[in-house]
Amino acid sequence: MTPAAQDLIDFVVAEARLIDERRFPEWLELFSEDGIYWMPLEPDQEEEHLTTSLMYEDMLLLRTRVQRLEGQRTFSQKPKSRCQHLLQVPSVDEINHDENLYRTYTPFHYVETRFDEQTLLAGWARHRLCVIEGNLKIKCKRVDLVNCDAPHRNIQLFV
Amino acid sequence: MMNDGMVIETIRGLIRDGEVHRDLYCSQEVFSLEMEHLFRNAWVYIGHESQVPNKGDYFATELGTQPVLMVRHSDNSIRALFNRCPHKGTQVVIDRKGNTGKFFRCPYHAWSFKTDGSLLAVPLKKGYENTGMPESCASKGMTPLAHVENYRGFIFAKINDAGPDFDGFFGESLSSLDNMIDRSPEGRLEVVGSPLRYLHHCNWKMLVENQTDTCHPMVAHESSAGTVKQIWEQEGGDGPKPMAVECILPFMSSYEFFENMGIRTWDNGHGHTGVHHSIHSDYSAIEGYFERMVTAYGEDRAKQILDENRHNTVYFPNMMIKGPIQSLRLFKPIAANKTLVESWIFRLVGAPDKLLERTAMYNRLINAPTSIVGHDDLEMYERAQSGLMSDGNQWVNMQRLYDPAEDDSPNATYNGTTEAQMRNQFRAWEKFMTLGIEEAAS
Repeated sequence: MTPAAQDLIDFVVAEARLIDERRFPEWLELFSEDGIYWMPLEPDQEEEHLTTSLMYEDMLLLRTRVQRLEGQRTFSQKPKSRCQHLLQVPSVDEINHDENLYRTYTPFHYVETRFDEQTLLAGWARHRLCVIEGNLKIKCKRVDLVNCDAPHRNIQLFV
Repeated sequence: MMNDGMVIETIRGLIRDGEVHRDLYCSQEVFSLEMEHLFRNAWVYIGHESQVPNKGDYFATELGTQPVLMVRHSDNSIRALFNRCPHKGTQVVIDRKGNTGKFFRCPYHAWSFKTDGSLLAVPLKKGYENTGMPESCASKGMTPLAHVENYRGFIFAKINDAGPDFDGFFGESLSSLDNMIDRSPEGRLEVVGSPLRYLHHCNWKMLVENQTDTCHPMVAHESSAGTVKQIWEQEGGDGPKPMAVECILPFMSSYEFFENMGIRTWDNGHGHTGVHHSIHSDYSAIEGYFERMVTAYGEDRAKQILDENRHNTVYFPNMMIKGPIQSLRLFKPIAANKTLVESWIFRLVGAPDKLLERTAMYNRLINAPTSIVGHDDLEMYERAQSGLMSDGNQWVNMQRLYDPAEDDSPNATYNGTTEAQMRNQFRAWEKFMTLGIEEAAS
């Protein structure tokens, strides 16, 4: 598979839909085994490991999150949270067949709700993708919140 | 308005042996009294000197609910000032950190102040001639906080004159700060990055109590730590544990583990979990670190420093540190039912970067608003905040392993599942809520 721009756009849109529909095990399948989900704490943060982030999670931690969401004693998910992504059409920042590297940029609004409380977050998602065995996979999904450094309430699902 | 006698009577009526009244958590009136008395009589953490390395550097924060700042003065000392213009009350600095140069300048009417707070200049000065201005509060400039102490880089302040001096207030509890700092081969820490900021709709004291609550991890955190355990086992569960697994798994330790861990209390409401060992004891060694410690301190002293693995040390009223992790959490009161938690991390100057990597990882895994551990803690606090509105029972129980003898022995060690440290905090709470009033009355 040599993905065209539209394939990348479709992938990013479908990824958000899987989260909104709570199809988390399928969502995990979109990541490569060394995939990372990163949500920095500061605007324009470059450092991944030597400063605090909101999230910097490998597959082991992402699987933990997904399994926990369905757990019998996951008290903060009784009742469960719901969420919705509103995406701007993703921009394709890079198509590099030689290096098997594809990058997109997607401004979004994200709503998460539980009980009577609703949180609106906005920001930009940057996907770094590659093709593995004919399928696009996420190497890194970086989510920068506009208000990343603000006092937040619980953010329990996946932006 | 309550008179002093009523204040003392109200406060004493809220605490009994082994239980406290729900008004401590729910009443906005009690909260106002805390801001008026407790947070002025106690030594409260402001910030770390590494946040203001150069002259004119400032850092703005809150002491209780009051806006304050610390600034590196021209003589290189760190000063703490109330962050308001003496003219109309405008906050003089509004960003969290920056450099003000040689003086502060209020953006409203351009009054300016030296970095010790003293008034430097006022535009159109003639307008104040023969007005009595020199006798006014305004002419004194930005008010300094009355008592400031720089303890090995950690800046604390106390607003009132009443109450113990710095050493008297903290006493032996400073050993926990010492241990965190001594873990740097150079004996020096540096703040790294911004703090996590996590907003809770509950009373600040619930968070402080939870720091030494050793009967909740295996219950409230079963969904996070227990799931990590399952996933780790599903994936083979052999070989060296990844750092994240090492950080989270110990939350599932048994009651027996926490009982044997021990709790120590100190006078004035301070105390810590993890006297003998803790959930931080079994982390993998990081290459090159011990060697640097031995070079700096000698082998015996290096071992002594690193064998101390205290879990959470509470510095009354609203701060907690983790020495082996190099993190500091500040529980900032906003209202009776609203608390902002800031979680800061430090670099051990002279230690390998891998330690900082673990520190940063621990912070986001456990303390972030996106943390699967934090989610269940917040859920418990907020359920308690709502549940306490019930009139069925107006008392919160803290009787676990209560022994009346502990009232007279503030410095002691206990079985690690005691609620003695919570009771210790409430004895200090009563003391510092009423302290200034009693001294004024006598």
